Amino acid sequence: MSTHTESAAATSPAHEHEHGGTKVYAFTLLALLILTALTIIAAGIDFGQGNVVIALTIATIKGSLVVLFFMHLMWDKPVNRIIAMAGFLFLGIFLMFTLLDFSSRNNYLPANLRPVPGMPLAPGTAPAGEVLHANPEAAPEGGEKK
Amino acid sequence: MDNAVTFAPRIGDRPRPKKNYLNETKGFWSWAGTLDHKRIGIMYLVGVLFAFFLGGMFAMLVRLALFSANHKIFLGILKTLGVQKDPAEVYNRVFTLHGVIMVFLFIIPAIPASLGNFVLPLMLGAKDVAFPRLNLFSFYLWVTGAVMAITGMIVGAIDTGWTFYTPYSTTTDGTVTLMVGAVFVLGFSSIFTGVNFIATTHKLRAPGMGWFDLPLFIWGIYSTAIIQVLATPVLGITLVLLMLERSFGIGIFDPRIGGDPVLFQHFFWFYSHPAVYIMILPGMAIISELIPTFSQKTMFGYRAVAYASVSLALVSFIVWGHHMFVAGQSQLATVVFSALTFLVAIPSGVKLYNWLATMYQGNIKFDTPMLYALSFIVLFAIGGLTGIFLGTLATDVHLTDTYFVVAHFHFVMVGGTVTAFLGGLHYWWPKMTGRMYSEFWGRIGCGLWNLGFNMTFLTQFFLGSKGMPRRYFNYLDQFQPLHAFSSVGAWILGLSMFITAGYLIASLRKPMDAPDNPWNGTTLEWKTSSPPIAHNFEEQPVVEREPYDYRPVLAAK
Amino acid sequence: MSTTSVDLESHGHASAHAGHIDDPHHQHHFTTMEQQFDTSKLGMWLFLATEVLLFGGLFVGFGMMQARYPREFVEAHTHLVRWQGSLNTVVLLVSSFTMVLAVQAAKKGIRTKQVLFLSLTIACACIFLVVKYFEYAHKYEEGWLPGRFYTYQHDSIPACHPKLSGPEAAAAAQGLTAAEAPCTNGYATFFSFYFMMTGLHGIHILGGIVVLTWMLLRARRGEFSAAYYTPVDLVGLYWHLVDLIWIYLFPLYYLIQ
Repeated sequence: MSTHTESAAATSPAHEHEHGGTKVYAFTLLALLILTALTIIAAGIDFGQGNVVIALTIATIKGSLVVLFFMHLMWDKPVNRIIAMAGFLFLGIFLMFTLLDFSSRNNYLPANLRPVPGMPLAPGTAPAGEVLHANPEAAPEGGEKK
Repeated sequence: MDNAVTFAPRIGDRPRPKKNYLNETKGFWSWAGTLDHKRIGIMYLVGVLFAFFLGGMFAMLVRLALFSANHKIFLGILKTLGVQKDPAEVYNRVFTLHGVIMVFLFIIPAIPASLGNFVLPLMLGAKDVAFPRLNLFSFYLWVTGAVMAITGMIVGAIDTGWTFYTPYSTTTDGTVTLMVGAVFVLGFSSIFTGVNFIATTHKLRAPGMGWFDLPLFIWGIYSTAIIQVLATPVLGITLVLLMLERSFGIGIFDPRIGGDPVLFQHFFWFYSHPAVYIMILPGMAIISELIPTFSQKTMFGYRAVAYASVSLALVSFIVWGHHMFVAGQSQLATVVFSALTFLVAIPSGVKLYNWLATMYQGNIKFDTPMLYALSFIVLFAIGGLTGIFLGTLATDVHLTDTYFVVAHFHFVMVGGTVTAFLGGLHYWWPKMTGRMYSEFWGRIGCGLWNLGFNMTFLTQFFLGSKGMPRRYFNYLDQFQPLHAFSSVGAWILGLSMFITAGYLIASLRKPMDAPDNPWNGTTLEWKTSSPPIAHNFEEQPVVEREPYDYRPVLAAK
Repeated sequence: MSTTSVDLESHGHASAHAGHIDDPHHQHHFTTMEQQFDTSKLGMWLFLATEVLLFGGLFVGFGMMQARYPREFVEAHTHLVRWQGSLNTVVLLVSSFTMVLAVQAAKKGIRTKQVLFLSLTIACACIFLVVKYFEYAHKYEEGWLPGRFYTYQHDSIPACHPKLSGPEAAAAAQGLTAAEAPCTNGYATFFSFYFMMTGLHGIHILGGIVVLTWMLLRARRGEFSAAYYTPVDLVGLYWHLVDLIWIYLFPLYYLIQ
């Protein structure tokens, strides 16, 4: 049956991918290399806290380029896009809520524990007898007994 | 009472095919190397039922140990077996193993891997799941995890509780690494099953079956698969970090070397809270099949239930901190998690109301599957509501780590999921085996199940609110009567399981004479023979009607 | 639900009016090759999502520990060699480029280009691992090792790891307040994470080399064409994810100073 190869071609997956092409990929690579150089240069300059933000922003742009162009997500079905986003979204949820906990902790030692010399306290911990208050004005005079 | 079918005789004049998926090919390797989702489902079923039996035996031991405050019977047993260890340490191992086996070997895989594997492609009108080889691989991962876990149990066992909290789990003796490794392997079995089911639901539906023509069982399994895929990898990395902390002291969870034990709990519960929805969603999925079928009425609020399934899966990811209210979490995080926990209760409530509305003015048939479904509604309602007490901060401070928590999660997991599992097992039993079980004994089993379950666990709410802590071997004399009552209930529960196993196995010796559609169900699995042929359908079904369309039945009245 | 049915021949091959599928790669439960390809791709994306969450857990752990020991982490960073990390970044980016060209060649059925680009991708992966080897060897020499293997002796920083603590540590900490006296906990933890994350990434590179070699062998046999190039496409997706993970690892480990 002459329809064999035709029907095979008609149902083959190749015909939908008119997108991409060597030029697109080459430009993507170029952009990635430029961004890499940019992030290395930026790391040499001291922006304080901004360094982390800049580095991660550039990394995210690079990552998006890889996902959209190299991984074809730009031209792919919506369901694959949703799956890709879901992975990062739920990772973000994990990170955000855990950070929420860590950043809002008031660490203090119970009054009956004394720090051991040579053994540093966990970050943000106050020695016994000194209670950390979220609202400093509310702290009673002369420390509090627990 | 007999086991006469109470529904219309089977649809169509199709004669029973001589060859079905059970007898088409024979021999060990035709099963061990099968790619047929139905055979894989049966193998899983045998596996998880064995795990259920093993975990149940440990449960019986726990209740035996707690029967009296002086643990006379338990100590007697240990002495007879020549066990040298401190009885309290033995007890710690017994309840830990009960938890690990039941959670990871039984309840997480049970419904999706056994019933889900069997029914999902049939309901979709497909020939198999999307990735049959991956399916078989998932099964062998489960077997590997089971072998590792059982080895760990025999070699030294663990006493950390199924939650493996650090720093105890990183420093205690016992086969922690092996057990944790087993759970890691089981996790990947779960992930690959989830991948398979999502792909199958998206791509292998019968012609004419749009998303809102899917049976609600599929919506439930699909939502479960979403959780399996997104949450389980975090469990994987948590267990790896735990093993590395234990072996190499990397300094992440153990405070003596600079770590944070609460960080472990964040890691652990990010998976384990969604995991409990992996447990309950398939149970609810089964109930959403049983209620319309045994009310012979279309599902009330079909879309609401479908949306509720997916939203339950998604919202389950943002409430995990409610397991850590008193663990050292910040106050702000605690309050936020508590508020979100109230949110996650809503979709469950939506489903409950829709099931009740479906039953209203329906033609209720009280066959065994329906009896289990009705039990589910009551028991899950209690379990779910008591979860709210635990989500409220002021009450949780008193109730946490008491028997109230134990009662709550047994109500939702056993009163919920296992009840639904039993209901589904009875519902699809004729489809899977081609035989009908004894309806008389089915009702006895369900009755004893309810009696035993409530005796065991309703009591524990009182134990907990009176102050009995969980995971304690020794307790004050004042708790003795309640403990004894609970233990007797547990033995009745165990008896009901033996009876159920008994009549189900007995049914296998009968000839294969079950009709194609004994319950007058409307979903596609009832359109093929009982048991189905190897490639599921003689002809590719095409869907033209809405799901649960009982209009011809109602019109005939 | 009432159903009608479409008459099919046994084993589900589409009957004449739908086109007989004689592709040797056709799996019987799919109706068309396109459906099979789309399903495989969907499955692969699901698997990649699980990998994102697996590695993501390590990133979260790293983030929390960095917040806990900011000074130690920043100082420990200085022991990582930036040019080596940068070289590895460039190598992986190029390997992603050659990979996507290999997929394109497979789609067009051009055997020579498939072999060329797959070989280049494998070569880049090997370069990556060689550079990694040198990095690890240097760490091993200096004693910057994970957890309880950490033996690097700082001049002024006391070791507070149980294995390294003792009278010397206590004496060294005399006169310093808690805030002034960092200890090796943060350092050991940093290198624990360094080895865990780059190690897990390296294992994925190794696995990638194995599957890429397998693809190379199949490509040489001329197995891939417009009708069937799924495996190369899927391996490509996996490889890009490995690159993606490194894109995030690189700044966090080598650039934050």
